[in-house]
Amino acid sequence: MKNIREYGMYIALVIIVLIFSVATHGSFITSSNISNLLNQCAYIAVMAIGMTLVIIIKHIDLSVGYVAGFLGALAALMMRADMPALLAILLVVLIGIVIGIGNGLLVAKVGVPAFVVTLAGMLIFRGALQLATERTGTIGIRNEFFISLGDGYIPSFGLTAGSLRITTLAVGIVCVLLFIYSSIKGRKNNLNYNLEVSKLPIFAAKIAAVSVFIMVITVVLAGYNGIPWSTMIVGAVLVIYHFITNKTVLGRHIYGIGGNTEAAALSGVNVTKVTIFVFASMSALAALSGVLYAARLHSATTTAGAGFELDAIAAAYVGGVSANGGVGKVTNTLIGALVMASLINGMKLMGTGESFQYIIRGAILVLAVIFDLTARRVRK
Amino acid sequence: MSDYILSMKNITKTFPGVKALDGVSFNVKRGEVHCLVGENGAGKSTLMKILSGVYPYGTYGGDIVYNGEVQKYQSIADSEKVGVAIIYQELALIPELSVYENIFFGHEIKKGIQINWNETIAKSSELLKKVRLDVSPDAQVKDFGVGVQQLIEIAKALSKDVKLLILDEPTAALSETDSENLLDLIRELKEQGVSCIMISHKLKEVLSIADSITVIRDGKTITSMDMHERKIDESEIISNMVGREIGDIYPKREPKDFENEDVVFKLFDWNAFDPSKGRKILFDVNLEVKRGEIVGIAGMMGAGRTELSMSVFGNVKKYQIRGGFELNGKVERFKTPRAAIQKGLAYVTEDRKGNGLNLMSDIKTNITAVNLRALANKGVINQNEEVNVANYYLKETNIKAPSIEQVVGNLSGGNQQKVSLSKWLYAAPNVLILDEPTRGIDVGAKLEIYTLMNKLVEQGMSIIIISSELLEVIGMSDRIYVFAEGKVAGQIKASEATEQKLIAMATSA
Repeated sequence: MKNIREYGMYIALVIIVLIFSVATHGSFITSSNISNLLNQCAYIAVMAIGMTLVIIIKHIDLSVGYVAGFLGALAALMMRADMPALLAILLVVLIGIVIGIGNGLLVAKVGVPAFVVTLAGMLIFRGALQLATERTGTIGIRNEFFISLGDGYIPSFGLTAGSLRITTLAVGIVCVLLFIYSSIKGRKNNLNYNLEVSKLPIFAAKIAAVSVFIMVITVVLAGYNGIPWSTMIVGAVLVIYHFITNKTVLGRHIYGIGGNTEAAALSGVNVTKVTIFVFASMSALAALSGVLYAARLHSATTTAGAGFELDAIAAAYVGGVSANGGVGKVTNTLIGALVMASLINGMKLMGTGESFQYIIRGAILVLAVIFDLTARRVRK
Repeated sequence: MSDYILSMKNITKTFPGVKALDGVSFNVKRGEVHCLVGENGAGKSTLMKILSGVYPYGTYGGDIVYNGEVQKYQSIADSEKVGVAIIYQELALIPELSVYENIFFGHEIKKGIQINWNETIAKSSELLKKVRLDVSPDAQVKDFGVGVQQLIEIAKALSKDVKLLILDEPTAALSETDSENLLDLIRELKEQGVSCIMISHKLKEVLSIADSITVIRDGKTITSMDMHERKIDESEIISNMVGREIGDIYPKREPKDFENEDVVFKLFDWNAFDPSKGRKILFDVNLEVKRGEIVGIAGMMGAGRTELSMSVFGNVKKYQIRGGFELNGKVERFKTPRAAIQKGLAYVTEDRKGNGLNLMSDIKTNITAVNLRALANKGVINQNEEVNVANYYLKETNIKAPSIEQVVGNLSGGNQQKVSLSKWLYAAPNVLILDEPTRGIDVGAKLEIYTLMNKLVEQGMSIIIISSELLEVIGMSDRIYVFAEGKVAGQIKASEATEQKLIAMATSA
């Protein structure tokens, strides 16, 4: 039963991809569309990864949407003032961290509920975004490096095999090899220590399924422009957060606080510090999300970021983060984000009206959480 | 009509993978107090959930015959309708509401579509009188301690016109006087014709109140005994519970003279004020513990025992403190639990579910939670070493679980307590504070914990044991401090202590 819950999201994603591929007569699975889908998904995925930690420690951050919008606009303004793109990005991420520390202090030190603190933040940064874009309206961005983050692809250096880009294939193959290596190593390790492992056929099936999935996507992308930079960034963020949550003391403390705050405090965990870190990381990722979004649109708009926070929260819940805190995985959140993005993309291709898109997304969100709860109950 | 108000006939209940109940049968006579005893995990709570309709008819095998009729409850509401009320160990009152609102919560007295508050308050006062509780019906429930809340729960049950009252470990969290009060009340209710089933781990209490006793072990009825037929003693019940004879429940240590040992833990004129309650909670406490010594702290609920630990151990409750504290010969004033842990102090809390363990995560994660940094290099955990550590303590404290990856929330109370202990032992303290270390756990696990304590002091650790069970304090300690109303009311060598003496001291303040 444990497996069903673990892999439920993966299976759901594959099913959704298959259904849309058939329903759109293949246009869903074309290279250009998958590439587009990944780009669309990136700025929500980055945010959702941060949101996962926030929800694990039983808080919420509603401000991130407009923080992303505002910081995206700020980056655009900086570049308009001839600041190098990289410096602008670094600066807005730093500002993001400062904003997050502010949120964290108010929540952990002063004791204001996170809902209230970040609701206020949402209003404040909405205003700040309007101020930033007041004079000019939409701020165009011409910096090519910056734009490539949201709209560009890893270079191919002209190397192709038939119609496929070799660099993209190489990245895909490296990912698969790393995945297989770490899975086998992990399993061996668990066996050495007499820990529970999935049965060999299930284990092999899981490896095969994930490898095939990655390779299919890679091949599809290799036939178009290659892997988008935004996807590489999401990948990097995912790896870092996966490492933090699974391998570090900090990660353990985050889950500990989520599981039982009082027990964590009495076990010597500095709850205030960890909470501030989680909010700071959240806002830093919001800044990154704002950069990716602005880069994708080649501009900072007056409404950028509206509703992102809700999409990020939805992705985390679809990915199985528990609303009661303490439980959740960043990898599953990414799958959650992909599921939601695929739904939007697929329904658009099918010509589903926007009104129905919302209704269906809402239904899927509730269904995913119901599934999650049921699976958890059965396990008990 | 038979003289049984209730017959449980051959009740079976299976959870996925586990047979929790395997043909349990027993009879409750009209107007008697029937005690159910058994080790943790024996199936008592499951049985009560079936009886009260939490597990509806059809999800279990066998029959509930109540007042001569087979019952087919679909929900708790059905069992309440016929006069069965259950009071759980974890109280189900709403802290922010008043006493009268709580008493009639869920079955409000109505006049048309409005609640008839005057009637509610009047009836509540009557019920409070009935349970001999002298509190105002419009006080807020959160202002009262567990003892009073328990009585309010009973008033609530009485308001539903209860015929059969089920109490699940009603005295587990109560001090001796509060327990006595409650038992008296149960006797009184019995006189008024209310039958009662009581689950309890406290055998003395069982013997004093029961008309009959049913022992359950591993989901089966072992025996039902009628107290009026013959004399039954504690050891007979225990041997039925565990299926083996237990000689002395408190394993002996070599008697030792601590005259020349170093003082490792010392409080002088220790005062604490709790700003959240707006009153002083500790008054001029002087206390010392020597190396290798087990010091007991006895006293009534609210005497300041837990507050004492909290004030010393990092003061997370932000008390205002005055006075001196020395640990291992150095003056200390810990501002965070982390600081206290680093200096060799450990505190196993009384409430393992509330602030002791992370019930969502596994045994391994819980065991290493306090001393995780010892396993980490630059913040990265060595997870192989972590497995070794967890496995070591799994064996050392004899935690019964299939693996260290078992989620702690699914373990029995005794095993949870062992995880809690392991977690603190791994921090390698030299002074260990145990707050109610055996509350709500079975005899077998208790014995294991006592044995472990003896082993630890032999290795030079010092232990402070806080407990409401006087026999436990006497049985395990070398020396005992008795607390009363935030003060040290007296000090006595365990070898000279008796229950009577301790109670006398505890009520002297």
